[in-house]
Amino acid sequence: MRLQVNGIVYDVDVEPDMPLLWVLRDELGITGPKYGCGVAYCGACSVWVDGMLVRSCSYAVSAAEGTSVTTIEGLGTPDALHAVQEAWIEEQVAQCGYCQSGQIMTAAAFLQENSSPSDDEIDEAMSANLCRCGTYPRIRAAIKSAAAKLGGA
Amino acid sequence: MGTLSKVTRRTFLVGSVAVAGGVAFGFYAYKTPGDNPLLADLGEGEAALTPYVLISPDAITLITPRADKGQGAYSVQALLIAEELDVELDQIRVDPGPPSPVYYNTALATEAVPFRSTDTSNAANAMRGVADAAMKFIGMQITGGSTTVPDSYEKLRIAGAIARETLKKAASKETGTPIADLRTERGHVILPDGTERSYQSLAEAASGLTVVSDVELRDPAQWRLIGKPVQRVDIIAKSTGTQDYGIDLKFDDMLYAAVRRNPRNGGGMAGYDASTAETMRGVHSVIDLGDGIGVIADNTWRAFQAADAVECEWEAAPFPANMDEHWQVLSDSFTEENLNSRNLDAGDVVTALSEGDVLEAEYRAPYLAHSPLEPVNAVVKVTDARVDIWTGTQVPRFVQTNVAAITGHAPEDIHVHVLMMGGSFGHRLEDNYIHHAVRLAMTVKGRPVKLTYKREEDFSHDYLRQISMGRMRGNVSNGQVESYDLSVTMPSVTDSQMGRQGLSLGSTDPIIATGAWDQPYAIPNYRVSAYKAPPLAPLSSWRSVGASTNAFLHEGFLDELIHAAGADPLEERLRLMNDETSRRVLEAVGDMSDWGSDLGPGRGRGVAFALSFGTPVAEVVEVTDTPAGIQIDRVFVAADVGKVVDPVNFDNLVKGGVVFGLGHAMNCEITFTDGMVDQPNFYAFEGMKFYQCPEILVRGLENGSRIRGIGEPPVPPAGPALGNAIFAATGQRLCEMPFSKFVRFA
Repeated sequence: MRLQVNGIVYDVDVEPDMPLLWVLRDELGITGPKYGCGVAYCGACSVWVDGMLVRSCSYAVSAAEGTSVTTIEGLGTPDALHAVQEAWIEEQVAQCGYCQSGQIMTAAAFLQENSSPSDDEIDEAMSANLCRCGTYPRIRAAIKSAAAKLGGA
Repeated sequence: MGTLSKVTRRTFLVGSVAVAGGVAFGFYAYKTPGDNPLLADLGEGEAALTPYVLISPDAITLITPRADKGQGAYSVQALLIAEELDVELDQIRVDPGPPSPVYYNTALATEAVPFRSTDTSNAANAMRGVADAAMKFIGMQITGGSTTVPDSYEKLRIAGAIARETLKKAASKETGTPIADLRTERGHVILPDGTERSYQSLAEAASGLTVVSDVELRDPAQWRLIGKPVQRVDIIAKSTGTQDYGIDLKFDDMLYAAVRRNPRNGGGMAGYDASTAETMRGVHSVIDLGDGIGVIADNTWRAFQAADAVECEWEAAPFPANMDEHWQVLSDSFTEENLNSRNLDAGDVVTALSEGDVLEAEYRAPYLAHSPLEPVNAVVKVTDARVDIWTGTQVPRFVQTNVAAITGHAPEDIHVHVLMMGGSFGHRLEDNYIHHAVRLAMTVKGRPVKLTYKREEDFSHDYLRQISMGRMRGNVSNGQVESYDLSVTMPSVTDSQMGRQGLSLGSTDPIIATGAWDQPYAIPNYRVSAYKAPPLAPLSSWRSVGASTNAFLHEGFLDELIHAAGADPLEERLRLMNDETSRRVLEAVGDMSDWGSDLGPGRGRGVAFALSFGTPVAEVVEVTDTPAGIQIDRVFVAADVGKVVDPVNFDNLVKGGVVFGLGHAMNCEITFTDGMVDQPNFYAFEGMKFYQCPEILVRGLENGSRIRGIGEPPVPPAGPALGNAIFAATGQRLCEMPFSKFVRFA
């Protein structure tokens, strides 16, 4: 099976129903997406498939064949940060940080659709992502400052 | 500080390297923490200046032995060393270092004594000294009890100063410039003519010198880093997916593993059939673990699938099968023979409550899971010569000892490499998952094996937050709280947790009463009786431990008494308060929340206070009773840690602690049916959702005379403050958590 992840093409030999998350993590060594719940509840595994936000722990790899997958590593790097990552660093959002790849991928997808969101819209977009450390106030602030960076409100 | 204390402090920091024998030898022999472990493993041209600073030709590494579970421990430890060492946080690497008795936790023992943290009497201090020495003797390198900053505050600054002065001594020797003419900045020693010598270039020269031990700490007015907003050392990695946690580790020839153990935690396995699992793709082997099976495969998901495909026959749970029985055990535990401590017995509650109107209540708090978002995991490689373990753990020394017993290696051949943790909340004080990983790795010697717990396995095998019950009686007179008699019972967390380490800390478990007996209120007749219930489900420390339940009991019923007295919840607490630092914390939330102002119809505010781990925290919660349920609007928090070392992290930890405390009080419980946990995953253990998160305003005070931690103390007041706010808004008093059993949250 041929997969394109962060612009690089990989050939993998896996069962078609293996979740994309485990192909990324164990087969390709791309560990930004995290395993949290395994049932598409917590959002730690969030990645983009052709620009669409998916929960990779519950997304069969066969569905990603022929698409372009983007993980947090493909969004931006320490040397070339995405605006959302910049905002996350400036607000110092992370505590343990384990959920933040998923939070950032979710926020970045959301801000592409809505560059000047209201508080209620932010709540709606982010409420399916779990942070056990309770960084929600900082996530909220970072989304607002990222929206400003991206040229919105 | 007396001369003896000064000597002690120095002997600790420089270890046995630079200490001249003879001076106070007996004292030294008892207090010595052991050798500098970094000296055993030095590379060419490296110098280990104190156990906390390692200078290599290419790097400056600060050793930060307190584990980082997300609370920013690495960053704050590095900051304290860097302040005196004169390096910036972008110049250094941090490394948790090897497990070693030299990194024992002083502050943890300091609070393990039966004195109020506000008690600075000679007796209390003497007792703390004894506990401290004992902890050193055992060499407990533990991260917990909100002790990282209290333990490190002076120790790490002195370590930085020692290293700095030793580097200056080396530069002086090499250049002939008197030490007094040298200064340091950004990792360099600077000569009077402006010539700079990097610390790295001085490493070799410094390594041959006697360490300078006579150092003075800088005046706080000169601090560059402490108390200033700084960027956490891990923030870029954690914002770019490049932070490696234990679960992310990968070696070339690594195998992947899963376990499936009796869902009745601690029960045995009567038999199993792995014939289907063994034929599944990628499966290497299925291993009998006694109380379950382990699967070794070539991919985590395949290991999970195969573990689920094994047919297992499980035995009964070693504790009551259903919740009614657990509560019944607690209900039956308020007996004289179960009385474990009664550290507070002021006035005469028996006489005071023998007549007139007596208010009574029973409060309950449920089992809770720790459930950090990173499920437990460990990579282990076993060879005949050594065992290597890569994992996130708060107890590396326990791991060393326990694994040695499993594999038969000498403890010094067990190498624990501590990695960043994706949360813990006390979860990683347990090391059972590491034992399983070791046992699996022993079957494939020479190959690293990564064991990852499936989320459901993590939930069903957590060592839980205690279940607890309180029975209270009290009365009021002339608009004031007059008598408060609180009886609390829970099984012993300490017996359960330390029992798994083969340790006994005596029959009295202070945890049963912490957060209740030690609160700074002067109530005329005031008694707290702690009853030890028999063991039920296995327990472990959960963020804020005893105070996580006791503050709910204590502050909930205190609020009831104040209401019965017709007094104001904040004013009456202030009137009763007998500790100045605590009083100012309460006054601060009153000020922040504009306490007393009219909130309008359907709204209410509640206040709660808790002193835990020596840190007084007061919280005011504002709620609105909406058609969709209770909405939490705003939370105000004031806390006093003596000195806010890292203000950004302080703010983040307080807010996170409030979300954690509120979320569990709102919605979370672990229950049992047929001996099995009813909550398999996060969807059945929902804390606070993003949209429910209120605005949280935080004020850090610095009136306290000692440095305190902030990781846990914001948690205990959150639940009772919410309960008291719901009462204020609706008139409904909630005596049991989670509150979602009785009210709906918007």
